[in-house]
Amino acid sequence: MGSNMAEAHPVGFQWVMEAKARGAEVIHIDPRFTRTSALADLHVPLRAGTDIAFLGGVINHILEHDLDFREYVRAYTNAPYLVDERFQDTEDLDGLFSGYDSGTASYDNTTWQYESQTDSGEGGTRAKEQSRPDQLGSGGPGVEGGARKIAADPELKHPRCVFQILKRHFARYTPEAVEEICGVPAETFLRVCRAWTANSGRERTAALVYSVGWTQHTLGAQYIRAGSIIQLLLGNIGRPGGGVFALRGHASIQGSTDIPTLFNLLPGYLPMPDTSHEDLPSYLHKVRGDRQKGFWRNADAYLVSLLKEYWGEAATPENDFRFDYLPRINGDHGTYRTVLDMLDGKVFGYFLLGQNPAVGSAHGRLQRLGMSNLDWLVVRDLTMIESAEFWKDSPEIETGEIVPERCRTEVFFFPAAAHVEKAGTFTQTQRMLQWRDKAVEPRGDQRSELWFIYHLGRLLREKLAGSADERDRPLLDLAWDYELEGEDEPSAEDVLRRINGIDLRTGKEVDGYLDLRADGTTVCGCWIYSGVFADGVNQAARREPHDEQGPYENEWGWTWPLNRRVLYNRASADLDGRPWSERKALVWWDAERGEWTGHDVPDFEKNKPPDYRPADDAVGPAALSGDDPFVMQADGKGWLFAPNGVVDGPLPTHYEPHESPVRNRLYAQQGNPARKVFGRAENPSNPSPPERGGEVFPYVFTTARLTEHHTAGGMSRQLPYLSELQPELFMEVSPRLAAERGLTHLGWAHVITSRTAVDARVFVTDRMRPLRLEGREVHQVWMPYHWGHTGLVDGDVVNDLIGVVLDPNVFIQETKVATCDVRPGRRPRGPALLDYVAGYRQRAGVTPETGTRIDTVTRHDTAHLEEDR
Amino acid sequence: MTEEAARTDPATATGYGEHPPRVGFFTDTSVCIGCKACEVACKEWNGVPDDGFDLLGMSFDNTGTLGANSWRHVAFVEQPAPPEPRRAEAVDLGLPSFDLPGAGTGEEGRTDFRWLMSSDVCKHCTHAGCLDVCPTGALFRTEYGSVVVQPDICNGCGYCVSGCPYGVIDRREDDGRAWKCTLCYDRLRDGLEPACAKACPTDSIQFGPLDELRERARERVEHLHDSGVPEARLYGESPDDGVGGDGAFFLLLDEPEVYGLPPDPVVPTRDAPSMWKYAGMAASAFAAAAVSVFLGRGSR
Repeated sequence: MGSNMAEAHPVGFQWVMEAKARGAEVIHIDPRFTRTSALADLHVPLRAGTDIAFLGGVINHILEHDLDFREYVRAYTNAPYLVDERFQDTEDLDGLFSGYDSGTASYDNTTWQYESQTDSGEGGTRAKEQSRPDQLGSGGPGVEGGARKIAADPELKHPRCVFQILKRHFARYTPEAVEEICGVPAETFLRVCRAWTANSGRERTAALVYSVGWTQHTLGAQYIRAGSIIQLLLGNIGRPGGGVFALRGHASIQGSTDIPTLFNLLPGYLPMPDTSHEDLPSYLHKVRGDRQKGFWRNADAYLVSLLKEYWGEAATPENDFRFDYLPRINGDHGTYRTVLDMLDGKVFGYFLLGQNPAVGSAHGRLQRLGMSNLDWLVVRDLTMIESAEFWKDSPEIETGEIVPERCRTEVFFFPAAAHVEKAGTFTQTQRMLQWRDKAVEPRGDQRSELWFIYHLGRLLREKLAGSADERDRPLLDLAWDYELEGEDEPSAEDVLRRINGIDLRTGKEVDGYLDLRADGTTVCGCWIYSGVFADGVNQAARREPHDEQGPYENEWGWTWPLNRRVLYNRASADLDGRPWSERKALVWWDAERGEWTGHDVPDFEKNKPPDYRPADDAVGPAALSGDDPFVMQADGKGWLFAPNGVVDGPLPTHYEPHESPVRNRLYAQQGNPARKVFGRAENPSNPSPPERGGEVFPYVFTTARLTEHHTAGGMSRQLPYLSELQPELFMEVSPRLAAERGLTHLGWAHVITSRTAVDARVFVTDRMRPLRLEGREVHQVWMPYHWGHTGLVDGDVVNDLIGVVLDPNVFIQETKVATCDVRPGRRPRGPALLDYVAGYRQRAGVTPETGTRIDTVTRHDTAHLEEDR
Repeated sequence: MTEEAARTDPATATGYGEHPPRVGFFTDTSVCIGCKACEVACKEWNGVPDDGFDLLGMSFDNTGTLGANSWRHVAFVEQPAPPEPRRAEAVDLGLPSFDLPGAGTGEEGRTDFRWLMSSDVCKHCTHAGCLDVCPTGALFRTEYGSVVVQPDICNGCGYCVSGCPYGVIDRREDDGRAWKCTLCYDRLRDGLEPACAKACPTDSIQFGPLDELRERARERVEHLHDSGVPEARLYGESPDDGVGGDGAFFLLLDEPEVYGLPPDPVVPTRDAPSMWKYAGMAASAFAAAAVSVFLGRGSR
């Protein structure tokens, strides 16, 4: 669902084809008939942005017909736990949960906690502004008291137990509701339910694959929660052939969150300290709590080893290992906030390393206008991309909004080495690090990122040498002493070695994160990667052929944590440690040898027996029972209901996208009540019900990729062999929509939103199907987004059509769904374009306030505008 | 050398003594995902120039056809779902149909929209028309049974273009010479498989000894028939067809015309000997008639 795997991940798709050849049924649920659908056994088209309604329907089907894997659910999930009696569901509040504050569009989640918990949760505006849930990449959020006995009903009958709450919450997600919201006929929907449930349980498992078709929504995190709930209910987590697979949008995106390029994270998903963290102890207390289960308990060892890696000798126990050198965040510093701050003149310099926001980010126009208001901009890329040339070649030059002679931004372009011109690792979606060697020397002035960052740091330190200014100390005290290869290239292998971690007493590489200590005797750049250089060997470079090793191919590359291929694989065995079935055996308890063993590295303490029960006052790993498979969770369980960690509700709920042609059929609350909007003139929204004027933009608009191009095109539009395969921007429409709007195949047409208009050639195809919902026909328009104004083939920037509105959990933009109009012919050129789009805004009554009155239940009249900033 | 080997193994027929087994491609279109990696890998390895940046509007196919600058070509066929409701008991009046080839050839029982993809390539025929008509010897049969053009010998006469029953070989506009797939002859000699097969992520393009591929293909068809895909069929696999069997054959899910392949290709030179025979007979008959006229006149 939400994945066009055959097109966007063709190499990975070979395994789907192999599974299909072995008898697996492949179902593709996606708005559009793609190359993935062509190879699937069944394609189910649905309206873009309605996946939670569909998934909620599946959950309801499972619960209504008792199709859950009850033993698994009872023992391994939080289904039996009782929730605070003050908790109110969307059923009670017409689409809102208890704790909602209209004024800030955020939740106080105190009432979502377990009954026996005393803590107040971690919600509120602070969590929302810092994207707190995004910091939870390698384990669950805190639940203070998770290591204590939690009030529960093992029979799952108590009205306040998670299981019953789940049942009530999803009761209205009937096949009829699915049909009316998603446009999927009830019979087709039930066929999917039957296939999913029939292929789950003791003997069988089903895998769920998603990609950015799920994430790029104002409630993307909740899409994934919904999928995870189904997989937990059916016993498909931690078991072979099960799981929830997040296919990434780019090579090593997993790596770039593990060792992050995000404002709110340190390596290994240690949260970036914020202004409430006075010192190291207060930070650690917040991260690991006092009475929680699991391996977050050892966060002190992870963080101290990281600080020792950063500041080496300068980091000592006496100075809190230089914890004070870490920056503190005090709000949203995400990429979209930063662009708005550029417009407001609050940002002076900007680095773009392998990123082309002028084409690839939502609202390309806003991006370009923001970048035109900087002092300096550094672009490191393979070629002169649009983000390096916007000041002399962009739609805003055409409209006169940017004038090259007056654009104040000084752009520095650095040619980058391509992936074959440098050594290093990629981390893919299975958390697998794969080493790649340098194949050829970079040409000319092209250099690796490692070279650029290392020498930038070196030069800055040289410039600051001798400074007495206290604020220069963090830079000057850095242990900036990586090995060099050849003339001046830092050794990527040495960097990986330090990421792995070193025991300072012996000078040897540590074998894994269990060896890390909080006393300053170990250094480690990223605790979850610890073990990648175990025994002094680059484990990521292992390339044992698959036919010369076991079924889990444990000797190809290296997977974090500790080379485990399947996370939480303790759940593949029953409570007594025996595989649920021989067919689906993965790891099991060997009673004779007193250890966990199996085909994979067990994700459990090796010698902890299944019947182990912790002492009452135990915390951390010691508090995990022998049947707590989810070892990174504060209560050891898989979460059907999330008391913490999701700022827009403990359970997924169907809300309409920010821009939708229809009213929410299930609740008075129209859209995600906690979504992040930025109401300002440069960032208008198309109206959605209950606002008026939406009929001006009557069609559902969605964007995606083609196999033949790569994201914003910087790596494909410059290459003749790729450009010729998809030489021109086009839009796909159904024959019915073509007839309605007078569009002809291969003719020109343009798509209009309240942001701009973009033109493209028309493809009339049966692959686009109008959907019937609520008695009317809803058309969808699709465009690929790879084009821009540089390269061998050019075209309008499709992302210019999209506004900036974000998921509050992870700050991702809603690029997968909006509303639009379509008209035949080319769009107006030059300044006439601005007038044309302004005319549309006027007809639709669009103002900066449109779309910012988020609460549609109480009609609390708060417009979330930017003007106060 | 048996007569059978001489008939079906072109390298043997060409006169190679000890030689490697005949190799080729089995392209299983039922698992093709239309990624076009084969097209790109081919061009990268063989240094084939781009073929222009033209949006063709033929579904996702912007290559259009095999040619001098496209040695692999992925066809995309969008087949609409049959109109519903289907008339269960249509009466066949036996009237001729006026449908275009490929239109409405959806198999009986198919109710869904289909998007077929297929990677086409030079067939490396057992009886290769291009090779037969080449006057310079630029085209030659390799020890692997494949057919390769030597660009340094080709004089651009273009006979081969009309000699190919599949319309594969083509002259490049700028240099006039003929170009086509070489089955990566250089890679074969280094023990590597052709670039397209190497790049294919789903093993839609399989490379290997032809005998093994044929066996595998037959099993695959059987498997598909057993699993509810009765329309699966092989194309170009039979040594008894008009080109003596293809070195690159296909598993298709519809009639060949749907994919732009000729339904019953025949090597044009197949009939050359008999044509000369008939021409000879005609000439003799003419001569005889002429003689008889004189004779007749004489006898009058």
